[in-house]
Amino acid sequence: MVINVQNLNFSFGSGSLTQPVLKSIDLGIQKGEIVLMTGPSGSGKTTLLTIIGGLRQASNGSVVILGEQLVNSSELTKVKIRRQTGYIFQQHNLLKSLTALQNVCMTLELQLDLTESQRQYRAQHILAAVGLEDRMHYFPEALSGGQRQRVSIARALAGQPKIILADEPTASLDRQSGHDAVEILKRLAKESNTTILLVTHDYRILNIADRVVELEDGVVKAV
Amino acid sequence: MRIFNRWYFPARLAWRQLIHDKPKLIAAISGVLFACVLVFMQLGFKDSLYTSAASMPLKLDGDLFLIHQQSEALWRTVQFERSELMRTLGHPAVTEVAPLYLSLAPFKNIDTRVKRTLMVYGYDPDIDLLDVEAIKTMKHALRVKDTVMFDEYSRPEFGPVRDMLNAGKNRTEVNDYKVTILGVFQLGISFAADGNIVTSDLNFMRIFPNRNINEIDVGVIRLHPDTSVSQVQSELREQLNEFVKVYDYDQIREHERRYWENVAPIGFIFNFGTVMGLVVGMVIVYQILFTEITNYRFEFATLKAMGYEHHYFIRMVFASAFILAILGFIPGLLLSNSLYDLAESQIFLPMPMTLEKIATVFAFILFMCATAGFLAIHRLKAANPADMF
Repeated sequence: MVINVQNLNFSFGSGSLTQPVLKSIDLGIQKGEIVLMTGPSGSGKTTLLTIIGGLRQASNGSVVILGEQLVNSSELTKVKIRRQTGYIFQQHNLLKSLTALQNVCMTLELQLDLTESQRQYRAQHILAAVGLEDRMHYFPEALSGGQRQRVSIARALAGQPKIILADEPTASLDRQSGHDAVEILKRLAKESNTTILLVTHDYRILNIADRVVELEDGVVKAV
Repeated sequence: MRIFNRWYFPARLAWRQLIHDKPKLIAAISGVLFACVLVFMQLGFKDSLYTSAASMPLKLDGDLFLIHQQSEALWRTVQFERSELMRTLGHPAVTEVAPLYLSLAPFKNIDTRVKRTLMVYGYDPDIDLLDVEAIKTMKHALRVKDTVMFDEYSRPEFGPVRDMLNAGKNRTEVNDYKVTILGVFQLGISFAADGNIVTSDLNFMRIFPNRNINEIDVGVIRLHPDTSVSQVQSELREQLNEFVKVYDYDQIREHERRYWENVAPIGFIFNFGTVMGLVVGMVIVYQILFTEITNYRFEFATLKAMGYEHHYFIRMVFASAFILAILGFIPGLLLSNSLYDLAESQIFLPMPMTLEKIATVFAFILFMCATAGFLAIHRLKAANPADMF
């Protein structure tokens, strides 16, 4: 099991202002599975995703990702998990002063033993795989929304992560480019047997999933 | 390679972010440039002051120098008995002694008849007290009554003396006493005097009727070539009256320099200006780095979510500070260099751009930018991915 969440509780605030967000969450995801998580706004989807991605510290229950316990973990453990996880954001979150190619290379620069030419080669390869071979040297502001999100997918996949976490990747895209982006993501993930956990409201893309889970008021409901 | 990349990658990202926003980059460079020029000018004026203050003792040809202990500087001496200088002739190592008379006096511009103060040097021309070739060649003529020589490097307010001499106009007044200018020499001015003239000891007494040939300002002593200057110096100290100071060549220059540095508050003023320039530059660089981090905090949080650690961003901030230091320093150096040339040609102060000064200012600017970077680091806490996504 790549992602194994058991009895996870999480709340914001403290004292009488405590606002429980996640209640006794249990979620297990196998290697290579594509899981979509849906649910209304405020149901805690993004919070769960940030805990699994090692961005947010949980202090209760058990969250084991790739064999590492993330509950009450050190910064070092969280960084280790972040490096094995590709994160796709709701906004593309590309670095605006870097070209598409340079943005993708940012993932590869975390692997200090690659040479510059290896990084270039891999980044060009993955950008070609998302259909952007002729846009490599464009800055994000010169790309369309769909192209930006595809760069963002390429960036997440470039480091050959074991897990992809995606937070509403189609939210700011029109129907066609949203669908294209997710199709590309699915194809590349299946090729490399990468696990995907994708949070979305977008019912148009449910068909890519192996499994759909629904989160409502902090509780997982099987669909 | 890994160590190199640990600095190279954040520095490269810092560089790409800086050049992406050109107007802001230009503003940041201007801030560093401003501080750089300010510091260069302050240090330049300060050094110029010290070198020019010491330009007179620099040309004095002697091994030991006597001055009254109350003489703060050579432009404001307290006179002492000539017999004190003569007593040193009793020491076997002393070959030659000569008194030097100094005084400030108004000099009348031959054309405009405007009077302006300059320094008058009086000594026996046969002694060649000042090691200046033009004076040495004129030493016989200088013995004639009421003759002087004029320093070409004096400020232009005294008039184009060389041209006037060529035009046959060589009569003027010094301290309201009529003299004839024999020719020009090159010495250089100081903060104390805007110009110099040299005359014989006897003419000096004619120009300053209330001065006495037995009351001297500086006593210059020459020794046998093979003797130890410091040994003779300490022996003379014991022999002479305690109100007379015995300095060697370096010490009398140092005495002059220290006067301007400490007694006159000028050293303090320039040091203060230097510090203020650095503080202003630091605040500007800090502001730039701070806004930079604020503007890029989403991107930093994104990078953190990808697995970048906190120290990567600290390196980025310091790399930005370093890049700004370099980019501001280079035009700052070029601009300061032309300002130095301008100062030399317009106000006749020696302002050399020495390697030492370049290194000093660069170190200051680096320190300034590093401090700004250090202060800006706390802003990185704003880039927390958990708060942003």
